[in-house]
Amino acid sequence: MDISLQQVEYRYQANTPFERLAIEDVSIDIPAGTFMAIIGHTGSGKSTVLQHLNALLLPSKGIVKIGNHEIKAEQKNKNLKQVRQKVGIVFQFPEHQLFEETVEKDIMFGPMNFGVSADEARERAHRALKQVGLAEDILEKSPFDLSGGQMRRVAIAGVLAMEPDVIVLDEPTAGLDPRGRNEIMEMFYTLHRERQLSTILVTHSMEDAARYADQIVIMRQGKVAKKGTPEEIFSDPIDLVEMGLDVPEVVRFQLKLEEKTGIKLEKIYLSIEELSSAVTEVLSRGVRS
Amino acid sequence: MMEKMIFGRYVPADSTVHKMDPRSKLLIIFLFVCIIFLANNWITYALIGVYTFYMLGMSRIPVRFLYGGLKPVLWLVLFTLILQLLFTKEGNLLVEWGPIKIYEEGVRQGVFISLRFFFLILMTSLLTLTTSPIEITDGLETLLNPLKKIHFPVHEMALMMSISLRFIPTLMQETDKIMKAQMARGVEFSSGPFKERIKAVIPLLIPLFVSSFKRAEELAVAMEARGYRGGEGRTKYRQLSWKAADTLQLVVLAILTILLFLLRA
Repeated sequence: MDISLQQVEYRYQANTPFERLAIEDVSIDIPAGTFMAIIGHTGSGKSTVLQHLNALLLPSKGIVKIGNHEIKAEQKNKNLKQVRQKVGIVFQFPEHQLFEETVEKDIMFGPMNFGVSADEARERAHRALKQVGLAEDILEKSPFDLSGGQMRRVAIAGVLAMEPDVIVLDEPTAGLDPRGRNEIMEMFYTLHRERQLSTILVTHSMEDAARYADQIVIMRQGKVAKKGTPEEIFSDPIDLVEMGLDVPEVVRFQLKLEEKTGIKLEKIYLSIEELSSAVTEVLSRGVRS
Repeated sequence: MMEKMIFGRYVPADSTVHKMDPRSKLLIIFLFVCIIFLANNWITYALIGVYTFYMLGMSRIPVRFLYGGLKPVLWLVLFTLILQLLFTKEGNLLVEWGPIKIYEEGVRQGVFISLRFFFLILMTSLLTLTTSPIEITDGLETLLNPLKKIHFPVHEMALMMSISLRFIPTLMQETDKIMKAQMARGVEFSSGPFKERIKAVIPLLIPLFVSSFKRAEELAVAMEARGYRGGEGRTKYRQLSWKAADTLQLVVLAILTILLFLLRA
């Protein structure tokens, strides 16, 4: 399912002394099957963009197209529930949304709201639990008895069980230890590849953006500052640094290396493996000549 | 969603009311709540009205914002009015329309009671809109200080108050966040049959309770870790200062009271 934002503007608390322009003139295209990362500082408007992706916020100006649904400003929008079934959002600290008596019931909650039968929902709960890497014996436990990491996974399973076509992740790894981070990100990446699930990742981490995304959008002060493939984005690291953003470690290493040795590699490499083989190749060539 | 709520919200601005001492504002509100009951005819209600709008004007709070925030309460005012209209059966019969009978006294009482309600809401909102929670608690603590003699826990109460006021916005934000998270999971808070909507509150309230308890515990630990041990010997960063404007406003209120006494039926 394709999503596209066209010149979207959003104002928080319009017509009050607290009125604040959160995003303006944001145009983003997310074709089905894309892995897109949205990067930006706190307050750059990335969370606001994210909430437009399943009509939790309705634009003050502009158009949001979600599949066949067109959401416009100043218009009664119906059937938002259908949209929300297709686009699952994993909010920051999703464990805060758990409320049921048992893990199983909590995971079944989403699908059942969208009219899935109890049996089907239970089946989906079991599947989703496996996807997030938890054992079935916790299904009967109270979600409040679990560890923080487990709660996070259960909450994610609750969104996966809705079987959305698009999944939106808002800093899904915030507050996890490095191992947990990797596991969760790898899990989303696998889902993305195996099911062609469109994935939109809102993150601070340049490393994650460089490693997983096909498309990167950089938000700055409520506007799209830059968009393109990771190679395009990171090929101009100075620009990024001027925006106060980090460059992935690998790229930083390559730049320092080029600066110190005078060797110029043919392009910017985004993974350690690629970079190391490129460097080895250049060095061995150097030895030969 | 909860953006429009204005209860307990502070709108910073540079107005006469903002600059007044919280003690005088608290006193004025307290006295206002008492003297509003003196009004019992049109002229006295008009006086109270003039006074309310005079204070409102001085506060420079945009009327549109106030209206937006108070809209839900206005429904309550309207409801009171309708109840009074329908159920007071005194005075002359004005309108008879099937089973609905409206009497003169009903109109009078309905209008008076809803006006009183309306003015009270305006004035009390004005207090929180122009005074930061910290100021309110400071003011209250100083005003209630004499009660310490009878071992009333003034400081503890003030602290409790400032903590609850402080966490209203946090709680609102959290409510908004959890509402959105549950809406993303297919909950509908604002449409659908009444029964379903009542049920929709559960996935909102339970997470809110859980996080509030957690936050309370964290706050207690943090306070303890920083050596908090109650009000004994505690000094204040902000010193309250009573200015001429404060005395002036109290005098205005005194004049209003005298007028009310003179003009009431």
